[in-house]
Amino acid sequence: MFDFLEGYDLLGAFWVTVQLAVFSGIGSLVLGTILAAMRVSPVPLMRGFATVYVNVVRNIPLTVIIVFASLGLADIFGITLGAADDFDALSFRLAILGLTVYTAAFVCEAIRSGINTVPVGQAEAARAIGLNFTQVLSLIVLPQAFRSVIGPLTNVLIALTKNTTVAAAIGVAEAALLMKEMIENESQLILISAIFAFGFVVLTLPTGLILGWVAKRVAVKR
Amino acid sequence: MSGVSVTKETDDARPASGDLVVLSNVNKHFGALHVLQDIDLTIARGEVVVVIGPSGSGKSTLCRAINRLEPIDSGSISLDGKPLPAEGKELARLRADVGMVFQSFNLFAHKTVLENVTLGQIKVRKKDKALADEFARTLLDRVGVANQADKYPAQLSGGQQQRVAIARALAMEPKVMLFDEPTSALDPEMINEVLEVMQQLARDGMTMVVVTHEMGFARSAANRVVFMADGQIVEEATPEQFFTNPRSDRAKDFLSKILHH
Repeated sequence: MFDFLEGYDLLGAFWVTVQLAVFSGIGSLVLGTILAAMRVSPVPLMRGFATVYVNVVRNIPLTVIIVFASLGLADIFGITLGAADDFDALSFRLAILGLTVYTAAFVCEAIRSGINTVPVGQAEAARAIGLNFTQVLSLIVLPQAFRSVIGPLTNVLIALTKNTTVAAAIGVAEAALLMKEMIENESQLILISAIFAFGFVVLTLPTGLILGWVAKRVAVKR
Repeated sequence: MSGVSVTKETDDARPASGDLVVLSNVNKHFGALHVLQDIDLTIARGEVVVVIGPSGSGKSTLCRAINRLEPIDSGSISLDGKPLPAEGKELARLRADVGMVFQSFNLFAHKTVLENVTLGQIKVRKKDKALADEFARTLLDRVGVANQADKYPAQLSGGQQQRVAIARALAMEPKVMLFDEPTSALDPEMINEVLEVMQQLARDGMTMVVVTHEMGFARSAANRVVFMADGQIVEEATPEQFFTNPRSDRAKDFLSKILHH
């Protein structure tokens, strides 16, 4: 029943998906945290930049961002991320860049809503013992904010995992590209779709369960 | 009274006596509300000043202005001869010298009691962790919560939390301690355990500014009572004089409402 799978590197394709998700997950958590810090900073220019960034980026379709990364950044501006001669590596890196830039906007907003759950007295007490802005944020406010938004961040990371399929648009050999290829070559449309759907559930379901458990473990009691 | 001391030059090697906190002509608005009006107040080293007054009189704002948690619109505040800097590193350094105890404790909820007391020592005073731990345990012992060191704030009673908050402020070895209604959020049976710690601090010679409704504490621990109403300092007197023979009508009215039933 499953002989049509022969000759296709299913695990390899999903491995690329996992790499896309992990690298852009880390990238967007870092960038999103920096953006969230900018959004609450006392410097108007930084606040303004982060606000504009979030409102522009989250309203552009991901496909447009990824295709622009490939056609715009790489082909027109010659930004090749150190992989000018290797088309596969270049597409892979550009896809991570696009996914990171896009997802960071959502991470930023999740963290910002977390910052709003931290009582203002926590920051006041931190300032009162002489901590500076960066220390107040990194030692007191963000650690508490993160713990309260693990749930929303899980949603963002699950969405990111599924969004990696958009990378197929610029030829990254991840799961969705292989699915398209298999559907074109084989006659098992429903079965192939089911296999790939199952593959994504296998990736995202544990993410949700594990992070749900973590969220309960680290919740801040007030 | 305060006009003299604002002109003092910055000088690190000053004698152990003299004026520690000087507020001069301080004004502050919250929108249309003129919450601090031409406040002049001088607090001497080792002095315990209790600020009392009706709600909305500006006493908490006054307290918070001293370490610039509330910025002021005009006037000047100086600490140990140094004017309060506007923002940034200088301000952070100065805040470390001013201990603050809040009405709602504000212990860092994600850190243990011990970590609450060591954080400032390690991150601001750059102390070695072992030394910070040792000092923290000494302070926790002093305020009577040494056996709670490894718990989280939410596991402690209000009175215990507030005593930890006092230890956290003392850990910075501050020049002056500010108390912003430290017992107002406590259950009645826990008020005394906090007041006792404060009494002990006062006896040890700590300079203190205490905003409170605890008249008993004002009587027994204060060197001076400052009565505020409608954003102004209406009366300053020794506790004895203030409670037995207030001069202003506003103070008489206030005392009659709180003492006679």
